[in-house]
Amino acid sequence: MRYRIALLTIVTKEVRRFMRIWPQTMLPPAITTALYFLIFGTLMGQRIGNISGASYMDYIVPGIILMSVISHSYANVVSSFYSTKFQRHIEELLVSPVPNWVILAGYVSGGVCRGLLVGTVVIGISLLFTTIPVIHLGLSCLVFLLTAILFALAGFINAVFADSFDDISIIPNFILTPLTYLGGVFYSVDMLPELWQKISLVNPILYIVNSFRYGLIGVTDIDITVALTMIISFIGALIVFSLYLLNKGVGIKQ
Amino acid sequence: MILTGLSQIAPDFFSFNQVIIMKALSIRNLTKTYGNGFTALHGIDLEVEDGDFFALLGPNGAGKSTAIGIICSLINLSAGTVRVFGHDLARQTEKVKQCIGMVPQEINFNQFETVQNIVLNQAGYYGIAYKEALIRAEKCLKHMHLWDQRHTVSRRLSGGMKRRVMIARALVHNPRLLILDEPTAGVDIEIRRSMWQLMREVNEQGTTIILTTHYLEEAESLCRNIAIIDKGTIIKHSKMADLLAQIKVNHFILDLAHRITKPPVVEGYEIVQLDSQTLQVGIPSEKGFNQLFSELTRQGISVMSMKNKSNRLESLFLDLVGG
Repeated sequence: MRYRIALLTIVTKEVRRFMRIWPQTMLPPAITTALYFLIFGTLMGQRIGNISGASYMDYIVPGIILMSVISHSYANVVSSFYSTKFQRHIEELLVSPVPNWVILAGYVSGGVCRGLLVGTVVIGISLLFTTIPVIHLGLSCLVFLLTAILFALAGFINAVFADSFDDISIIPNFILTPLTYLGGVFYSVDMLPELWQKISLVNPILYIVNSFRYGLIGVTDIDITVALTMIISFIGALIVFSLYLLNKGVGIKQ
Repeated sequence: MILTGLSQIAPDFFSFNQVIIMKALSIRNLTKTYGNGFTALHGIDLEVEDGDFFALLGPNGAGKSTAIGIICSLINLSAGTVRVFGHDLARQTEKVKQCIGMVPQEINFNQFETVQNIVLNQAGYYGIAYKEALIRAEKCLKHMHLWDQRHTVSRRLSGGMKRRVMIARALVHNPRLLILDEPTAGVDIEIRRSMWQLMREVNEQGTTIILTTHYLEEAESLCRNIAIIDKGTIIKHSKMADLLAQIKVNHFILDLAHRITKPPVVEGYEIVQLDSQTLQVGIPSEKGFNQLFSELTRQGISVMSMKNKSNRLESLFLDLVGG
């Protein structure tokens, strides 16, 4: 009961934080994705034609939805937890009897809420440009949720190690964005040379995008069982690593 | 004797601390060495009684904040034990945290939150349900004279109000031990006095208080027991009254009614002329004022006013830390 109240307090605080600045958190993804659909889907997509039997617009919709989930679940946790460290109100949590797993669950849940909310807004925008058949609803919802959890965890780890505001922008700009674009959002990995196909297999975003695409339109480059196993394994590894960092007090205790 | 023996055999059940006298805080051999090799605490021992108002003094960098950081789980200890109301910090961390309220030196709340939300969030972290938290937040904010500002975003508050927000936040879970790390630093004298009154009230209601401060007048006025820490070692740990009793000579400044050309001589008193109408006199504790004033009157010198040269504790503190 005590832990549930502490968890709810953190989650409520986090949701209130990103809702208070909704013009910064909700509007930009709506505008950016509308431009993606207009330029890549409508204008260029007609010239590219079909991929794996799906129109280019339908092919890129799952990836673009997940791009917004990835970037916003990550950004929410990394900026919020780093600010908490920077302004030193992390001390409010450290002096309180809140176990580390509750702190982790609270911040990750906040990131998941923002990721899913932005993802839902982007789904709404995509429906203005195309129809989404949703072949496997359960799988789609599961991947949607797991994606938000995975990247909220990644954002948390980035924030734990960050010592400056530069550190919380370097990873998203120089690692997360390239991984996202190289994760098969706009193309099939079958189109790549064999070497790059193998290199792509270590990119978690490849598994996520293909699982979600399979759930929505029934098209994938990767075996779904393998993809889900990989996603859950990544999440498990990041949870263990995050708790290890919190228990050691890395970046938050001297 | 028997209990001492039992405490050695089974310290958890027959600890002297737990059974006979419940210490609010008991620190043994506490050591902290930072990653850069600097040792901030050299195996300190410290005890604070339940209900005490305790001063922990020391110059900058002496180790006060490190000790407090360890007690409040903000800093990992290198060696030693910390017990709070009998609970061991290493093994019963959550129980220790339940007992402690912390007011840090620097503002450490979210400056974009409202005053009430800061207090409510802290209550939530302690597992207090929202309805109960609302009642407690109202009580704490009223006690700190902040109820009218409850919906104000905290960055808009004055420095004194921000410090009171931190005290309200620290009190919301009814801690048995309140740790105040320089709570009145940088606030004006009027606010400082009102905060002293608030702290006294909190202590009178049964909360043990540990206070660190650079205002020695504050420690002398509020605290019953004192420890002085210097270079990571406790150099004094006693009752405030016992410490002040060690003062052998009290120094005063006398403003005279008329100009004098040379300082008067009174046997047994040190008298130094500061200017033509001001004297500094050292009055030994065993002698009083009467003999001095009688002698000055006999020599035709009238005193218009008198004040302490410095705070009594300040002189002793400087002697102890070699200032």
